[in-house]
Amino acid sequence: MQDQHIASAFDRDLEAIQAMIMKMGGLVEVAIVDSAKALATRDLELAEDVRAKDKQIDLLEEKVNEEAARLIALRSPMGSDLRTVLSVMKISGNLERVGDYAKNLAKRTEVLVRIPAIEGASGAIKRMAREVELMLKDALDAYIQHDVDMAHDVRARDHDVDQMYNALFREFLTFMMEDPRNITACMHLHFIAKNIERMGDHITSVAEQVIYLVTGEMAEEARKKVSSVYIEPPVQGKE
Amino acid sequence: MNDMRFMERAVDTDEIKFSARGVQVYYGDTHAIKDVDVDIQSKTVTAFIGPSGCGKSTFLRCLNRMNDTIDICRVEGDIRLDGEDIYNQKVDPVQLRAKVGMVFQKPNPFPKSIFDNIAYGPRIHGLAASKAELDDIVEKSLRRGAIWDEVKDRLQAPGTGLSGGQQQRLCIARAIATEPEVLLMDEPCSALDPIATAQVEELIDELRTQYSVVIVTHSMQQAARVSQKTAFFHLGNLVEFGETGHIFTNPVDHRTESYITGRIG
Repeated sequence: MQDQHIASAFDRDLEAIQAMIMKMGGLVEVAIVDSAKALATRDLELAEDVRAKDKQIDLLEEKVNEEAARLIALRSPMGSDLRTVLSVMKISGNLERVGDYAKNLAKRTEVLVRIPAIEGASGAIKRMAREVELMLKDALDAYIQHDVDMAHDVRARDHDVDQMYNALFREFLTFMMEDPRNITACMHLHFIAKNIERMGDHITSVAEQVIYLVTGEMAEEARKKVSSVYIEPPVQGKE
Repeated sequence: MNDMRFMERAVDTDEIKFSARGVQVYYGDTHAIKDVDVDIQSKTVTAFIGPSGCGKSTFLRCLNRMNDTIDICRVEGDIRLDGEDIYNQKVDPVQLRAKVGMVFQKPNPFPKSIFDNIAYGPRIHGLAASKAELDDIVEKSLRRGAIWDEVKDRLQAPGTGLSGGQQQRLCIARAIATEPEVLLMDEPCSALDPIATAQVEELIDELRTQYSVVIVTHSMQQAARVSQKTAFFHLGNLVEFGETGHIFTNPVDHRTESYITGRIG
């Protein structure tokens, strides 16, 4: 809907709140990239930077929610305006969670740099983070352009991220069975992989909000959920 | 709790009270209503919304032949109340209006006592056989109009001495005194303060259990609050008609969207 409101201040409010979402999105993208990079390059300074910047994301989320509440109270949005406000509130929540996961990744990096690296793991995690970051970029583009097809595409790609996670899960399990000294690192790496997989879920939710925003309908549950985590239990070890 | 409330609000009937097909209204050369088809359900609040001059009041007035009183007005098409053509020669407009009551924008009590304001309709329609019965009707109507407690001690005082909100509720009580089947309300709250508005809205919600209510309102918030069905009129056309929640969250027609979101359309 390109038409302007009769009350131009309403347009300004809506634009301002959406600008905050885009700013949040930008910060979260950077947090994903930087945290993965910090892990891969064992860069403590960068990891610390990611942790520090998460506060900005949290503050923006608060701001978005405040503005959304204000907009509802003062403007009683209807139709697509109402859907904009509702989607903005959800998206900000999703972005904030993604930011938290990136922060957690940075935190674990600070532990991981002190112990020997696991061969190939940080590369795989970096690829996974890269995939998730691209999903986020596309989800935000879809949001700005009201592009439902792109949103559906983002939704579909979450499946790839899930598979990457499953592959890593098996890999870490193997490492741990091979040598119990790998357990500390692998546990942290597993949480990181799991968190990136969760980022994918939150970004999928952003894409679903785009679909709701544009069509007024919730995306149907077309994504097939494969319970892929199930793995043969390892041979029972000693007590 | 909320679930109960939602269930209460849902339309639980598909019985059609009014059925309009191909309705055209002309004021002289002006084509005010263009080919409107609509079904109004019983025990449902239906809101008509739209910008000024869109024809919503004109259409409302077709439903109890109020337009008959305007010489240059011509109504074509088919409007049926319980399957009966209300524009049939044999239909007495006065009897029709007893069945299809109306409340106007400005409260317009008769310059008579509160009691007589209510008793007038039942008297001329011969609904009460005795004084006691008439007293009963008056009390019942005032109670239903949610104004009994405020006026019960001064039924002989003039209706015009009440506050605006009370006058409007008096007019609603007067409209329901003849036991209508449908209540038409043309901007019933536009002259009222928020408290009186809330009282009238609460009343509308209660009336819905017995009547079919059709309300014309400029306040979209009000339409959203009180109605189960909403019809959007624009330039004499019925643009969209549907479930109120749907109209206000996800309308189909871009004109409806432009109107409800306050855009130039």
